[in-house]
Amino acid sequence: MMQFMLLFSRQGKLRLQKWYVAHPDKLKKKITRELITTILARKPKMCSFLEWRDLKIVYKRYASLYFCCAIEQDDNELLTLEVIHRYVELLDKYFGSVCELDIIFNFEKAYFILDELLLGGEIQETSKKNVLKAIAAQDLLQEEETPQGFFEDHGLG
Amino acid sequence: MYPYYEPEWSVLPPELNRRFNPAFNMATIKQAINEAVERVRMPTPMRLRDLIRQIRAARTAAEERSVVNKECAYIRSTFREEDSVWRCRNIAKLLYIHMLGYPAHFGQLECLKLIASPRFTDKRIGYLGAMLLLDERQDVHLLITNCLKNDLNSTTQFVVGLALCTLGAIASPEMARDLAAEVERLMKSPNAYIRKKAALCAFRIIKRVPDLMEIFLPATRSLLSEKNHGVLITGVTLITEMCENSPDTLSHFKKIVPNLVRILKNLILAGYSPEHDVSGVSDPFLQVKILKLLRVLGKNDAEASEAMNDILAQVATNTETSKNVGNSILYETVLSIMDIKSESGLRVLAINILGRFLLNNDKNIRYVALNTLLKTVHIDTSAVQRHRSTILECLKDPDVSIRRRAMELSFALVNAQNIRTMMKELLTFLEKSEPEFKAPCSSSIVLAAERFAPNKRWHLDTLLKVLVAAGNYLRDDVISSTIQLISETTSQQAYITLQLWHALAEDSMDKQPLIQVSVWAIGEYGDLLLTATIDDAHDVEKPTEEDIIEVYQRLLWSPQNTPTTKQFALMSLTKLSTRFSHTNNKIQQIISSFCSSLHIELQQRGVEFSQLFGKYGHLRGALLERMPPMEVVRQGNEVQANGDMDESEDKTSDTSPQHISTSESTFLVDLLGGGSNSDLDIIKPSSVPSQPISNSNNQDLLDLLGGIDLSPSVPTTDSGLGFIMENNNGSLTLDNNQTSNFLTGDILNTNIINEKNVPTLTAFEKNGLKLVFSLERLPESNNTVSIHLTATNSTLSNMTDFLFQAAVPKAFQLQMLSPSGTVIVPNGQITQVLRITNPNKGVLRMRIRLSYMVDGALVQEQTEVNNFPTHIWD
Repeated sequence: MMQFMLLFSRQGKLRLQKWYVAHPDKLKKKITRELITTILARKPKMCSFLEWRDLKIVYKRYASLYFCCAIEQDDNELLTLEVIHRYVELLDKYFGSVCELDIIFNFEKAYFILDELLLGGEIQETSKKNVLKAIAAQDLLQEEETPQGFFEDHGLG
Repeated sequence: MYPYYEPEWSVLPPELNRRFNPAFNMATIKQAINEAVERVRMPTPMRLRDLIRQIRAARTAAEERSVVNKECAYIRSTFREEDSVWRCRNIAKLLYIHMLGYPAHFGQLECLKLIASPRFTDKRIGYLGAMLLLDERQDVHLLITNCLKNDLNSTTQFVVGLALCTLGAIASPEMARDLAAEVERLMKSPNAYIRKKAALCAFRIIKRVPDLMEIFLPATRSLLSEKNHGVLITGVTLITEMCENSPDTLSHFKKIVPNLVRILKNLILAGYSPEHDVSGVSDPFLQVKILKLLRVLGKNDAEASEAMNDILAQVATNTETSKNVGNSILYETVLSIMDIKSESGLRVLAINILGRFLLNNDKNIRYVALNTLLKTVHIDTSAVQRHRSTILECLKDPDVSIRRRAMELSFALVNAQNIRTMMKELLTFLEKSEPEFKAPCSSSIVLAAERFAPNKRWHLDTLLKVLVAAGNYLRDDVISSTIQLISETTSQQAYITLQLWHALAEDSMDKQPLIQVSVWAIGEYGDLLLTATIDDAHDVEKPTEEDIIEVYQRLLWSPQNTPTTKQFALMSLTKLSTRFSHTNNKIQQIISSFCSSLHIELQQRGVEFSQLFGKYGHLRGALLERMPPMEVVRQGNEVQANGDMDESEDKTSDTSPQHISTSESTFLVDLLGGGSNSDLDIIKPSSVPSQPISNSNNQDLLDLLGGIDLSPSVPTTDSGLGFIMENNNGSLTLDNNQTSNFLTGDILNTNIINEKNVPTLTAFEKNGLKLVFSLERLPESNNTVSIHLTATNSTLSNMTDFLFQAAVPKAFQLQMLSPSGTVIVPNGQITQVLRITNPNKGVLRMRIRLSYMVDGALVQEQTEVNNFPTHIWD
């Protein structure tokens, strides 16, 4: 089971955090800081895995963003790379050639997409089409209840 | 009463008539007006994207903080005023602020209000906020449980979806119990979108509360008969969790093996399906999950394993391996093959897949292969051995994690046959590796060499190379075990001492372990160094006495060397004074210069050893006798701190004088008469203090020994003083005991002692410093007690330069071993061992003096300990 997923920039700024285990806020911050420093210090020719406490950390860099997942000992780290890649593909499809700014300004959308791909740290949907369909339908639901004009400001803006 | 509108009023058809709009009634108008008023009353809050822009525009951290603080204050105020119109936007902003690392817990309750709102937008953000902000606080959780319960019953699938997703992420045991029934109901929903989410929720609930498994069992089985991959994969995940949780469930699900095999077969054989294809592989996510479940089901079950052998072979041979995705499936297949009771052919196939992985260009795949081989090497060593050369290649990998794995795996593969080649590679690795590798690698080499060394010389050579290659990163146990090995291997002492000398002379890095071992060996066998034969020397040049003294001088004066190393060197140098012929003056000069050393240990040694050149010169030869070979049995407690080796030397020296005064020639002759002990070394007293080692010395010995044949393998001793008797087997010494009782005392007596547990006593307690004595009767003597002193620091500052001194009445003998340290950290402790011999069984009193520095101030204490239990001497 995936324990958490972190997205952070090359400058070490956190862009997304998804926790599937309950930790106090303080610990989450400590873990995040520790992993960001460790991963940013790694050289490009190093492999994408590292052992950290009793977890396996799988990370991959896409342009300026690092995608980092913590999985348990009996999880498949090569497949986790595929999960990361699937998530990136979904973001790309949704935003249309996604960049870091898309994720910064629409972080809630990035969370929504992740929540349709994974649930409780496990994969819930292996079809890209189904994920995007579910997201589109929910976006539509949001648009319908937010009339134009008078209520324009009502959305997230 | 007129109706609100009259159709005659307008010429327009009703559908174009605004007033005809049925939604345009009083209620809507009222709401619109209310909201408009509210917006006028309160300024429109900043939009999320504007806030993000502002924060990003901040040039300094302080500027960012001020933007965030201002916005947080504003958001708090809207929360206080129960502003429901903008709550959604404000929470979204708060979540962004939260991600930047600022506190946002005050938004927790607002998230719950959003969740309770009927609008989907509110719910979506509300649940997102709940997942990000809620911890396991009881009060909030009760509220959210109610919200979740409502939404799980919603008619909109996406609202149910949001609730399930949140439950899956933050389910506490209480929530799991309260909502398990709802989730079970949803698992049977006709809607696949809800079914798959409910299955994973059930998975999380079982993870939190395994007792709840029962209620999900009936609904779980049917998940496998689905076509929808989402439901299939979540079903497989749920079953895996259940099987891992209880053996009963595991056997219950054994019957689904054929189903799983069928699903997997369909996945491999079915043609291209665009929906689930990943670079030519059909749904790798599902394949891996099924393979994992097969592994759980086939473990320790021959029948189930039999049923999956074929499909595993098929997956292993048919999977496309050019991309990571195919390899992820192969990797999972290998793990499954290794874990179940698979055919031997299949196991070889699996190991070969890993062998191929090792040659892969992708470093991730190489890493995974090494990791997996490491797990399987103990099960199937011979299969892994075939990939040995590839594994050794990985020692040179640019990736540090791969090198670490390769190192571990290499050590697992070392055996008596391949030790020479493997060690060659590993020593090269040790030499080039980063500091973090050196300690574990060198210790592993030493262990492997101990187990598989083909001969002593090779073993010694290897240890020497480790000393040179590992530098200062060596663990202490390596030093002591090397010294022990040298001491034990009498036939190679000349050779190794020469090699060590050479390494020492060439060392420019001040490698402390190397210096310590070298000076120890040179001190003990310095004479062999000068008389080494060509066979021992190989191509190494023999040093002169002056060369050696010069190196010692450098070592002792170098500030890079630790006091411990210098103690080794001083001891060794003193020993050399009886092994060398014409450099004694120089040696004496060096030693006496340490009489004024600032380091107290060194000074003590300087003073003590200087005495051996003056007043007690006649004792020197005997005192500095070569140590008897150390027994291998000691290996168990070899792990000791650096300085302790001196201690054991001291002990030998301590007992030596006693030998000297008692041994009498008649006694010796007696012994020799009946003796066939060729290990015995007897040296005639000589009038010249440090007689050069020469044949004439041996001649004297031979004279004395008369007809006894001294085999050349007997180590020659260089001491010219006194009668000394050294032997390897304690029995002879015990014989002595009869005649020389008062000298050796009862130390060597092997009387059986009735062991008693003697209580501990607190000797001293003041200002946060506490000294505890725990007394223990030494098994080999009935009037010697060993006192383990533990000094504990309960203050908050370091105690440095800790010095413990003790004095006992004259009737007692006190021996103090060096302490485990001189610094006691807060709540830390140091220990020291004292041995007290009490031949007269008197009442023990002890006066102790303590000094230490705390916070820069010197503290001195003095007290007397009189409360020693008397029965310890009985």
